[in-house]
Amino acid sequence: MSGALAKPVMRGMLAKRLRFHLIAAFSLAIGIAATFKFAVAEPRKKAYAEFYKKYDVAKEFEAMREAGVFVSARPTGK
Amino acid sequence: MLSSRIALRGFRLLAWRGLSSSAHTHATQEKGVATPVLDCSQPQYIDRPDIPLPDITCITKYNLEQLKLKEKESGPWSQLTKDEKLALYRLNFQKTYAEMRQRSNEWKTVLGVVLWFAGLTGLFYWWGLAYVYKPVPHTFSEDWVAMQTQRMLDLRINPVSGFSSHWDYEKKQWKK
Repeated sequence: MSGALAKPVMRGMLAKRLRFHLIAAFSLAIGIAATFKFAVAEPRKKAYAEFYKKYDVAKEFEAMREAGVFVSARPTGK
Repeated sequence: MLSSRIALRGFRLLAWRGLSSSAHTHATQEKGVATPVLDCSQPQYIDRPDIPLPDITCITKYNLEQLKLKEKESGPWSQLTKDEKLALYRLNFQKTYAEMRQRSNEWKTVLGVVLWFAGLTGLFYWWGLAYVYKPVPHTFSEDWVAMQTQRMLDLRINPVSGFSSHWDYEKKQWKK
């Protein structure tokens, strides 16, 4: 027989696979969750906070009333 | 590939067997007739990477040369030439792993046929649009959509980060 082949891997295949995939799975899951939190959730919370800081309810109400969207508060004027 | 062709031929024969007269089935049950009939009650040979040792060898009925080779195989193997060893391998297996894993151009055919059927679907869809569906409701006309948009802005729909947040209420235009 010409050149003998290398002995193939006989044991520990599941452990090797689990080691790689467990680390990958946890990092991916945590990474994606963190990305979502900082790219979507936090900006959204900030946007709402900013909006309500400058929100004047009475002014908005009057503007909507003049536009004619309310039934019980018709626009002032003739 | 070859085995799948044989399998296909076998299935076709099975299908016709039900329709054909009994003469055909009697003929194939006689010995010496060359029509291969797939008998699924017997062990099958198959080339699959996840089945390293199929239930039977590729060739079960040996001709004279092959019988001589098989006899030589029962002796010391160091006396076999390389070609004889390869011939013995091919008696047991039709394809090597390398041949089994060989890529083909079948995907191009598959993609072509799929796209062709998609095109056919498009033709059917056009016909439906032209001859089946009624015209779209009047609420989709430009004037109506303009009135609708103005009402949505008046109602302050999604003012934080949605629809109305893109409208500048001071300048009465869309924000740049």
